[in-house]
Formats: sequence, C-alpha cells, structure tokens
Amino acid sequence: MKARVHVMLKNGVLDPQGEAVRHALGAMGFEGVNGVRQGKVIELDLNDGATKADVEAMCEKLLANTVIESYTVEMS
Amino acid sequence: MHAAVIVFPGSNCDRDLAVAFKAVGAKVSMVWHKDTSLPEGVDIVGVPGGFSYGDYLRCGAIAANSPICREVAAHAERGGYVMGICNGFQVLTETGLLPGALLRNAGLKYICRTVPLRVATADSDYTSGYEAGAMIDIPIAHHDGNYFADGDTIAKLHGEDRVAFTYGDNPNGSQSDIAGILSSNRRVLGMMPHPERAADAGHGGTDGAALFRALAGSLVTA
Repeated sequence: MKARVHVMLKNGVLDPQGEAVRHALGAMGFEGVNGVRQGKVIELDLNDGATKADVEAMCEKLLANTVIESYTVEMS
Repeated sequence: MHAAVIVFPGSNCDRDLAVAFKAVGAKVSMVWHKDTSLPEGVDIVGVPGGFSYGDYLRCGAIAANSPICREVAAHAERGGYVMGICNGFQVLTETGLLPGALLRNAGLKYICRTVPLRVATADSDYTSGYEAGAMIDIPIAHHDGNYFADGDTIAKLHGEDRVAFTYGDNPNGSQSDIAGILSSNRRVLGMMPHPERAADAGHGGTDGAALFRALAGSLVTA
C-alpha cells in the first residue's frame, strides 16, 4: 500500500520561496495570484497492514518539523 | 578540557572546529556519526558546520536522528556542554535540544561574508570572555539561517536572557535579529555564525577566539 504525505509550512511562517514564485508569476503577466505557498510531497511504499497512525508517527519524528511545518497523510 | 567533534557525511567545518579547540589547549576526539557512544570524559561536544547528509529533507533533520545524536542528547541532559555551529545549530533545533527552527534566508540567497554581531549576554561559559553589548565581527556562511520560533518562545528566550548573539545588520530575516541562543541551563549553545573561522590571525579576524578561551577557562577542571 502507499501513503502520500503533504508537508507545508504552517500558516504564519513566512515562506520566502513561495513569495519569490508569486513575484515571478506576476512579472510573467499572470494576474490575480494573491499568494503562493510551497511545500513538498513524500510518497511512501509500505507493507500491507501499515496504518495511517504509523505514517503519522513518521511525520512527527522525521518527515515534518512540527515547529514550522504541518502535514497531512493520505493512504491508498 | 576534552572536546568531541561530531563528523557527519557532509560536515565541512569539523577540522576547523577541532583546530580552534586545540588552540586553547583542549584534547579533541573526532567522533563519527555512526558511533554509539562518546569518548570517556568528554566535557563538550561540538556539532560542526557543513551540509550533513546533503541537507536532504531539511537541514540537520537526518543528522538529528543519527546514532551519535542520541548520545549527544543524553550528554546534554546530564548537564554536559554542547555547542552547535551553523549546520550544528540546525541539528540541535531538530533534536529539540534548542527551541525554534532555521528557515530559508529571507532573501533566498546563500550568504557568505563577515557580519557584525552583538554579544547579547556575557552570562554563559561561552560568552563570558566578552562584554555584554560588545560588537564583534564573525563570518556567516549559510542558506538556511533565518531563525524562527513562536512569539511565546521568543519572549521566553529574551526573558531568560538566553539570546547569546544578535546580528548588527540582520542578513537573513531572523526573528529579533537572533544569531545564537542558549539552553535553559546555559550549557547548550547554537549559533549560525562561525567563531572557529575567526579564531586565528591567519583567518583575517580573531573575534571568535575569546569564546574558545572562555570555554577552556571554565571547563579546565570539569
């Protein structure tokens, strides 16, 4: 089975990379982009029987730094 | 003083840090990241600058979960001294030994130059060789040195006099201009600037030497 983890900077934490992308989009003529937040997606290939709680433990211990990042887990 | 310097794959300031410790008379042991114990009698552990594990996932994240870091954390919990410089500071925040995190520089650029720092407190065995408020010149070399912590944590750091150094001219967007912080027992220091790169006349500046001299003076009988 597979899990997909989305890691994003928390709201309130400045994302300078997202801001740079927003500026670039504006400079290229794409209008109406009010904000860009950049995160990452981590795909895990897991043994059958792995649970969402297992993946959440991985997020808490390594995949995300919960001081600055939030995460969501999708199992499939 | 017996110092251990941790070496991760990708560390590149480990030998500079060892030289700075030796220059003040310390015995230095280099310790590989896969080791599962620190040498007997170590007073201070140095976590050096560099790009541990290629900065994969997040700067310092993989190193913080390496076998030796469990021992470094145990050393700190016993009241031992730990000093993290640059990538070492990132490792110490990832382990939770120091609060907060280091984000990408606000200007998105890697910055490598000597910057003015203010010694925010002289009340630690790292900073007792300076006058509080003194301005010193120390090199920085980082891409992710933008110190972040929530408002309560920043207030607590200030309230407990745990900000060790601040930038004179904030180069990276750090909150409260913070360049280095101390643990609550004042024995764990994390800082982005490199005092070991300003510890010898050949470096072009010696403002970092007082930090190592102060440590040697404090830890000689430890």
